[in-house]
Amino acid sequence: MEKCAHACVYQKNVVILCRILKNSYFSMKNIVVRFCGDSGDGMQLTGNLFSSLSAILGHEISTLPDFPAEIRAPQGTIGGVSGFQVQLGSGVYTPGDKADIIVAMNAAALKVSAMNKHYHDHAILIVDTDSLTDKDLEKALYKTDNPFTELGIPESVQIVPVALTTLTKEALKDSGLDNKSMLKSRNMFALGLIFWLFDLPMDKAIHLLEDKFKKKPALIEPNTKVMVDGYNYGQNLALSVNQIRLEESRAKSQESKAEHGRFTSIAGNKATAWGLIAAAEKAGKHLFLGSYPITPATDILHELAARKDMNVMAIQAEDEIAGVCTAIGAAFAGDLACTTTSGPGLSLKSEAIGLAVMAELPLVVVDVQRGGPSTGLPTKTEQTDLLQALYGRNGECPAVVLAASSSANCFDFAYEACKIALENMTPVILLTDTYLANGTGLWRVPTLAELPEIHPQSVPEELKGHFNPALRDERGVRYWAFPGMEGFEHRNIGLERDAEKGTISTNPENHEKMVLARKHKIEQIADSIPELKVIKSEGSKLNADTLLVGWGSTEGHLHAAANELGCDLAQFNYIAPLPKNTHEVLRAYKRIIVCELNTGQFAAYLRAHFPDLPIEQYNEIQGQPFAVERIVAYASK
Amino acid sequence: MQASDFKSDQYVRFCPGCGDHAICMALQKAMAQIGIPTHKVAVISGIGCSSRMPHYLNTYGFNTIHGRGGAVATGVKTSHPELTVWQMSGDGDCLAIGGNHFIHEIRRNVDLNVCMFNNRIYGLTKGQYSPTSPKGFVSKSSPFGTVERPFVPGQLVLGAGGTFFARTLDVDVPTTVDCLVAAQQHKGCSIVECLVNCVIFNNGTHAWIADREQRAEHSIIVKHGEKMLFGKDNDKGLAVEIDPVTFVPKMIVVPADDPRVLTHDATQPDPTLHRLIALMGPDNDLPVALGVIRNVEAETYDQAVNAQIAEVRSKSKAKSFDELTQTLETFER
Repeated sequence: MEKCAHACVYQKNVVILCRILKNSYFSMKNIVVRFCGDSGDGMQLTGNLFSSLSAILGHEISTLPDFPAEIRAPQGTIGGVSGFQVQLGSGVYTPGDKADIIVAMNAAALKVSAMNKHYHDHAILIVDTDSLTDKDLEKALYKTDNPFTELGIPESVQIVPVALTTLTKEALKDSGLDNKSMLKSRNMFALGLIFWLFDLPMDKAIHLLEDKFKKKPALIEPNTKVMVDGYNYGQNLALSVNQIRLEESRAKSQESKAEHGRFTSIAGNKATAWGLIAAAEKAGKHLFLGSYPITPATDILHELAARKDMNVMAIQAEDEIAGVCTAIGAAFAGDLACTTTSGPGLSLKSEAIGLAVMAELPLVVVDVQRGGPSTGLPTKTEQTDLLQALYGRNGECPAVVLAASSSANCFDFAYEACKIALENMTPVILLTDTYLANGTGLWRVPTLAELPEIHPQSVPEELKGHFNPALRDERGVRYWAFPGMEGFEHRNIGLERDAEKGTISTNPENHEKMVLARKHKIEQIADSIPELKVIKSEGSKLNADTLLVGWGSTEGHLHAAANELGCDLAQFNYIAPLPKNTHEVLRAYKRIIVCELNTGQFAAYLRAHFPDLPIEQYNEIQGQPFAVERIVAYASK
Repeated sequence: MQASDFKSDQYVRFCPGCGDHAICMALQKAMAQIGIPTHKVAVISGIGCSSRMPHYLNTYGFNTIHGRGGAVATGVKTSHPELTVWQMSGDGDCLAIGGNHFIHEIRRNVDLNVCMFNNRIYGLTKGQYSPTSPKGFVSKSSPFGTVERPFVPGQLVLGAGGTFFARTLDVDVPTTVDCLVAAQQHKGCSIVECLVNCVIFNNGTHAWIADREQRAEHSIIVKHGEKMLFGKDNDKGLAVEIDPVTFVPKMIVVPADDPRVLTHDATQPDPTLHRLIALMGPDNDLPVALGVIRNVEAETYDQAVNAQIAEVRSKSKAKSFDELTQTLETFER
C-alpha cells in the first residue's frame, strides 16, 4: 500500500483528491466505460448493472463482456482478468473501440488493459491502490514496483487512485461480515463511484440492485451500503474529475416516430429465447427446445428452461445430436421445434439437420458462433460458421440461413426463423455469435399483436384418407400432418421418397426431381423476405461510390465505419436465400468491400453468386469484434 | 381391431426366412389387441433391417437416421405424451451408434415401447460383427474373429436403471405378442429384446433355443407369479445359490419339486435376480429366459416434464408473451 502511494507520486498525471467545482459537468454524446478485474471480482455483474441502469434511463447501450474461458483462474493473475465494456449515449453502434473511463480492480487488470490498449490516451483510469502491493505486482508478473511507469501509461491518462479495499471494509465495518465476504463487495464501491461520475439517480440504482439480489436477500443490505458509500465518496470527497452528463439519446428524443414505445436493455441470448417464445404463441404452437450445454449458447437453454410459465418445454438432452433429434421428434409430432448450439455442436447436428431437410419438417437451429475450429476460442466471437451453416451437410441439402445483426434484433430474427420454418417446412439456421449473445443493446419491447402473422403449413381436409408426405402446395411446400390427426397416417423418411407416392424410391429421375424440388422450396422463400436496403452514410458522401458489405453481428461497427468514411453499407440478415435485389444493389457501386470476422466466407459466397462484381474483402480473425478505426483505415487506402 | 388394420399397403421387403417377418406379424397382432387407434400411434426407427418396420405398419411412422431413433422417439413422446410411441431398432442401431440415446431413454424412463431386434450381425451393410456378436465371431470386418466382449442387452438395460425388460424369440409368436402387449401396458421405457435370425449373414445364431427339439431344454418362459419351471416335461426348476465364501449368488437347476424353486417376481424393484435371469444362457449352461423378466413401476420422464410445466404455470402470474414483457424494467417514450 505504502509502496504504491509512493509509486504514484512519481506519476505527474496522478489526480489528487480535492474538492470539485460543483455543477461542473462534462457533456458528451456518448462514452465508453470499461470495468476490469479478477474473474472473482464481479465485473460482469457490475457492468450489467451499470448498463441496465443506463438503458432504463433512456440511453442507447452496446456492451461487450470479455471474460476468460476458465471459471476461476488463480486469483490476481493475468489469465484471470475479466472485463466488461459498454458504450452509452446516443448514436451508439458498438461497445466502442477504446474506453474513455476504465476501472481496474487489481494489478493484473491494470496490466492487461494497458497491454491491449483498452483505453484512450485521455481516458480516466480509476485504480484500486490497495491491490497494488508487492504481492499483487508479483502475481501479475510485474518486473518493477512502479506499475504505471512500467506499463508506459501516457501522462495524458488521468489516473484516479482509490483505496477501494480499505473503503469497502470501512463501509462494512459494522455489518458483522467476515473479511472475505466484505471484499466481495469491492465492485459495488466502484460502481457507486461510477454512478456518481455519471450523476445517475441512486434510488433507481438501489431498486435495480434489490431486484438483482432478490434471491439472496442477505446480500442486498451490504451491497447497497457499499454502493451508496461509493457514490457519496465521489460526492463528498469530490474527485477532481468532472461529472459526465450524457446528451439525450435518439431513443429518448422525439425525432423518430418508429422508435416510440417501451425500451429495455436485453442480451442477445435472452432476445433469441424470447423471439422463439413470441413466435410459438403467435403461431399457436407448443414451443419445444432440445439442447445441450455449450458456450456461448447455453443462456438460451437457461432462459427457456426457466420459462415453463410460457408453456415452453426445454429438454437438456444427453448430447448435441439428441438435442436436435428430440426437436425433430417434436416437429414430427406438430410442435415448433428448436435446438440451440455453437459451432462444434452444429457439426454434430449436421446429419440430423439433413434429416429435417429430407423429411421436410420445420426446425429452428440457433448457432451462436464462437472462435473455431474444434474447441477453438469458446468465449470469443467469430463469424466462421457461415459456410458450415450453408453447406455443412451430406448431399444436396439446402436450408435457410439467417443472421441477427444486433443483440436486440436477435429477437426479430429468432421470430423470423420460426415463421419461415413453420410456413415453409424447412430447417432454418439462425447465426448469432458470442458478441451478440453476451452483449446487450437497447430493445423496443413489442406487443404480440404488432408482430407479423405466422401461418404454419397445414393440410387440406380433402386429403384425409389419401394423404402422403410428398404432397405439396402451389409454392412447392409439403403439407404438414402429424400424429393425432385421424386419416392422415403416413410414414416419413430420411431415405429418398417418390415424388408422387411419398414412399421409398431409388429411381434415378425421381431423385433428381426431388433434389430440385427441395432446392426450389428454399429459393421461393426469397419472394416473401424483405429486399436488401442500403444504409446511407449519416455524414459526408466522401466515398459515395464505395459500399461496405457485412452480415450478422458486424452491423454496428460497419455502420459507424461507413459514417466516418462517408460511404454506404449493405448489411445482410438474409443469407440463404439472398434478397432478390442483391445484385441490383451491389452493382451500383465501384468499390465493394465485404468485411467479415473470418477469412472471407461471405465474400466467396457472393463471388459464386455474382461473378461479375468486383468483390474486395477485409477480414479479421482475432476472436474480437471489429475496431471501427481499423475498418476506416483499410477502406481509406 | 384386427391385425390387418395395422398392415400398411407396402410390400414387406425383409429377406425370405428373416426373423423380422414374424416380429412384424406379432406387432400387428399386439397393436390390434392393445386397440389404440392407428392415428394415435407413432412408430419411430433408426437405420437397419429392423428400422424398415414403420413402413409396414399403418400408423404414423418415421424412419430416421442411424442410431437416433431413441432421441427422436423421446422428442415425440415428451412433447406429446398422449401418443403411443414405439421404437424399432437393432443391435447395431441401439447398442453401437445409438448407445448413448439408448441408455438415456432407459435412465429417464421415457414411456416408449422399444423393440430391439438382436440378430448379432449387421445385415443391411452386409455382414459385419455387432456389439452382441460373441467373442471370436468371424465376419467380413473380423476375418480372424472378433477380440472384443459382447454386450448382454438385458444387463445393459438393468445397469441403466431399466424398469421393463422382456426377451422373446422370432419363432415364438405367442410369447412375442404377450411381451409386446406387456411392454405397451407398462408405463415407462419398455425394452423388448427380440432374438431374430438373419438367414443371409448369421443363419442359426439363436439355434440353441430356436431349434424345436432343444427349445424346451434350452429356454424358459418366465411369467410373473409363476414357478420357474422348464424342460420337456416341466421337470426342472431354477433356484438361487449363494456361494458361502464369496457371497456371489448364482442360478442353479434343481428338480421341479425342490422347495427352493423360485417364483418369478418381475415387479421386484431390486434388479439383482433379474440380472441373474437375464444372464442365463449356453455360457453358464442355463436355459435362456424368455418373457417379461422385469416390470416395475416408476415415474416416467414425459409425465414428470409435463407435470412440472403445469405446476409452474398454475402458480405463475405471467402466462403470455405480453404479460411476460410487463415484468421487464423499462422506460417509455
